[in-house]
Amino acid sequence: METESTHKDAGDRSSHQDGSSHQDGSSRQDTDGAQPPGALLQLWQNLTSTPWQFCKSVVRHGRPTSDRAASQVIFSNVFLHILPTRISLHALKFRATLGLGVITLVLFFLLTITGIALMVYYKPSTAEAYNSMKEIQYVVPTGRFMRNIHRWGAHAMVLFVLLHMARAFYTAAYKKPRQFNWVIGMVLLVLTLALSFTGYLLPWDQLAYWAVTIGSEIAQSPRELTDALGITSWFDIGGFQKRLLLGSNHVGEEALIRFYVLHIAVLPILLCIFLAVHFWRIRKDGGLARPSDNTGADHLPLQSISNPISSSKTFGLMAVVRGQTPAVNRSMTNTVPTWPNAIYAIAALSMLTFAVVLCLGLCFDAPLKEFANPNVPENPAKAPWYFLGLQEMVSYSAFMGGVAIPAIVVLGLMLVPYLDREQEEAGVWFSGPLGKRICLLSALLTTVVIVGVLAFTINFGWLRNWYPNIPQIIITFVNPGTLFLVIFMVWSFAVTKRTNSTRMGALAIFTCFFVAFIILTYFATVHRGPNWDFYWSQSDWPVH
Amino acid sequence: MKTDLEKSPRFQQTQQRRDFLGIAAAWSAIATVCVALMGALRLPIPWAFPESSRRVKLGSPSLFQGIAITQLPEERLWIFSDSQGLYAMSAICTHLGCVVARQENGSFFCPCHGSRFDAQGKVVKGPAPKGLIHLALTLSTDGQLVVDHDKEVGSDVRLQA
Repeated sequence: METESTHKDAGDRSSHQDGSSHQDGSSRQDTDGAQPPGALLQLWQNLTSTPWQFCKSVVRHGRPTSDRAASQVIFSNVFLHILPTRISLHALKFRATLGLGVITLVLFFLLTITGIALMVYYKPSTAEAYNSMKEIQYVVPTGRFMRNIHRWGAHAMVLFVLLHMARAFYTAAYKKPRQFNWVIGMVLLVLTLALSFTGYLLPWDQLAYWAVTIGSEIAQSPRELTDALGITSWFDIGGFQKRLLLGSNHVGEEALIRFYVLHIAVLPILLCIFLAVHFWRIRKDGGLARPSDNTGADHLPLQSISNPISSSKTFGLMAVVRGQTPAVNRSMTNTVPTWPNAIYAIAALSMLTFAVVLCLGLCFDAPLKEFANPNVPENPAKAPWYFLGLQEMVSYSAFMGGVAIPAIVVLGLMLVPYLDREQEEAGVWFSGPLGKRICLLSALLTTVVIVGVLAFTINFGWLRNWYPNIPQIIITFVNPGTLFLVIFMVWSFAVTKRTNSTRMGALAIFTCFFVAFIILTYFATVHRGPNWDFYWSQSDWPVH
Repeated sequence: MKTDLEKSPRFQQTQQRRDFLGIAAAWSAIATVCVALMGALRLPIPWAFPESSRRVKLGSPSLFQGIAITQLPEERLWIFSDSQGLYAMSAICTHLGCVVARQENGSFFCPCHGSRFDAQGKVVKGPAPKGLIHLALTLSTDGQLVVDHDKEVGSDVRLQA
């Protein structure tokens, strides 16, 4: 090792100091022959070479000019060793991942930094919150810029979490052994949405106040069901959820503090923990999901290594254990050193993300409406875009649209890896041409169904318009939201039966959910105006 | 053929007594954590909410008598007066908590999701699961009208004052 490193550093100015530092005291005699330099001279030399020596003590492996040093860059660095030292060529292909996970992570960093900057000035009280927002907006240097980045970054993070989820699903990255990491991913999605929602209240303006009033009433909406069953006085889960969230019966001081604590402490910490597990398991599951290179599974079977203990045991990483051993040397041919290949790709993506968000922050100001007024609701009171699809469904039944259907969708997606266990090539988009056709058909069906039902309800109304005395429980269970859910599930079962493949059924229902989310979000954003009435465009809204 | 390691005590069948003690220890640890968590999780719901009383004095009943409809925006309340007496109706939509507005024809509508209610608060259209809530009116000892925001009454209940 000694010779190798000296050889490598031969061109550097360090060769002299290197020798002296290694051999310490004896070098005095060796380097300068019979005439030993004075200790003072040695001190001077040490002093002048200190910057270089300091760098050498921080980064001990020298320049990454060899594969060996390149891998040392990764595994001897506490921040980088989350990456493997070599990475598969497939994982580096842009079309394999579209860089969505990295972008999401970069956005989270950006949000953490700008969030901390905003915390310096933000005061979480109903009397001060709005003023401190104005201070950030108009008095604090770069305050408005920070807030803009925080706002657009948050929107972008939700978007990219959703896209990343779709990528993982369509490339079958949830398959064994990655089932649990898919579940963790769903938890991260919910946490991201919760972070966005809690952040929404903090400015304490009209938009914030009414969005959160509606949000907390959705938390209370199980009452719709318990009322219909007449058990609310014994079992009021809805009321409990609302009071837990608000610390009161209505949105006020207590709610603001609770949302603040959730937003700056509880949820980010939870997110970091789950994020760490998410990344850890990517490594443990053998990197990104990719087509096999004809070398077998991710874990080698029991190997017969002759060892003094037993022929039925293998050497694991840490100890002699029973069981399988990770495939350490598998398919080196299809890998490249992580440094610089993956690092440069990540850096480039980060720079791009930074640049886009910074531009957004420079060009567009985050909205700040009037001071919160509990007596006059915004009209229309619209939630942030990612909840507008839900708000559309909520406008048929609060409980079904706001609680039951989202819960069914999230739990259903979590269950997918356990219901669809067909082993197939991971990392292939849509699992081939048949899957592509199924996805297109599902998207088409979803579009027709949703546009059709929405057009129908706008023109002809729903059950209560025809039978004014209809019991609420019937509307709760029979409304456009539940209709969509039933149609999608039937379609997914039909696809599963027809193609005799659970993966195709999974592709069908995921596409239905995803396209439904997009269409409902678009519809509620563009076509819903005051009183939640239908308008072709915002220019048709009545003036008031 | 067993190897040396497999002959060692670690690989022998453990004694049942030790099993029992281990399982007992594990379960008591779990029980302790659960009880502690139940205590800790009780924290977010206080015994009393830090807010003003839900029973509010509205002033003398004579302020409302003879006037068909009075709006109290601060209380999010409508007070009605008819031949049988006074009654109060909450202006909070039963769907998702927005404040309903009254139209010229006496009906109410919610701006958030388009629920509509008739003059008596009965839901006629939209997603609201039930009609607007009629609240209990009483007279306090000093003769003032008192509304209780937590007490729901039937739509035919009137206060004779």
